Amino acid sequence: MTMSKFSIFTKGLVKENPTFVLLLGLCPTLATTTSAVNGLSMGLATMFVLVLSNMAISLVASYTPDKVHIPVYIVVIATFVTLLQFLMQAYTPDIYATLGLFIPLIVVNCIVLGRAEAFASKNGVLDSALDGIGIGIGFTLALTVLGLVREILGSGSAFGWKLLPGDGMLAFVMAPGAFLCLGYLMVLFNKFLKKE
Amino acid sequence: MEYLLIIVSAIFVNNIMLAQFLGTCPFIGVSSKLSTATGMSGAVCFVITLATLVTYLLNTYLLVPLGLEFLQTIAFILVIASLVQMVEIVLKKISPSLYQALGIFLPLITTNCAVLGVAINVVTKEFSFGSGVPHMLNLGESIVYAFATSLGYGLAMVLFAGLREHLALNEVPKAFKGVPIALITVGILAMAFMGFQGLV
Repeated sequence: MTMSKFSIFTKGLVKENPTFVLLLGLCPTLATTTSAVNGLSMGLATMFVLVLSNMAISLVASYTPDKVHIPVYIVVIATFVTLLQFLMQAYTPDIYATLGLFIPLIVVNCIVLGRAEAFASKNGVLDSALDGIGIGIGFTLALTVLGLVREILGSGSAFGWKLLPGDGMLAFVMAPGAFLCLGYLMVLFNKFLKKE
Repeated sequence: MEYLLIIVSAIFVNNIMLAQFLGTCPFIGVSSKLSTATGMSGAVCFVITLATLVTYLLNTYLLVPLGLEFLQTIAFILVIASLVQMVEIVLKKISPSLYQALGIFLPLITTNCAVLGVAINVVTKEFSFGSGVPHMLNLGESIVYAFATSLGYGLAMVLFAGLREHLALNEVPKAFKGVPIALITVGILAMAFMGFQGLV
């Protein structure tokens, strides 16, 4: 079962899209997509952790006793999340404040642990990095699209640019809108992009 | 009075699932049957309360005095992971019937972000209930908050599982089948819970 480097990279975009197909990491997907920019930053933050932890785990996997592999992976992931927290506090404090709790919660994002377990522990460093980048971009895309839809409906703007007059429908920025938008986006995804 | 406000606020107004989106994956994953939803709620309730107690003490008496708050993420997730393992072992020994009921859900709870989320929230965020001034929670309040939050999670989960059992019997368009229609249902449920806003 050898996949070409290219397909390892591209499968995360549509075929194994973490949000729409694998249904992983729904909490940050719903919570941080109040605007397109927030969705995009959350996606990139997750991708940072995903790529680095995938690479580190593919290196240590063969030395890790099977019984303790989950705790080991979690510590590796938590280390990169802490690193990310430092970096964001230093360089992008505004985004860090907006995303708040959901940055430390990347530790328990099932995408990261899921990829570690399903891919990185069985593949080489380069492949694992590509897998992380592909899945990361798929996740970022999904979050940005969801954020964009909610921002347009909820506040009448896109990436902060005012598109529609008025304030928009507040419900879409709040919790119910998150579930509804993701639900309908998933329907569209199933209808047009998913291959049986 | 204060405790009552915390409880009402955590269960209805700021429901952890329907307003804060914590713990969505298991929520969608195990809520297709009422019995598994109840089991999962019970296990979450147990672990959130216990984990909050332990992480609160760890934070107050170890991390803060040593100035190591930046280790919160790593320390808390390790505590939660080992706690879950311990609960599993203890439960297996003491109450096999409870273990039977909660057993398969316990390993899943480590990666339930509701647990880590509540633990981190309690030690980093200021809360205000009613007209009270925002303040950090003390130990008693933290425990009550954690327990009430998990009850709210259970309530949302059980309500939703009930809906979903009916949903399974109905014809829905193919593209809506499974998770999409479930998400749309949660959206409507969340809208109903928005009615509680301003209550506390």
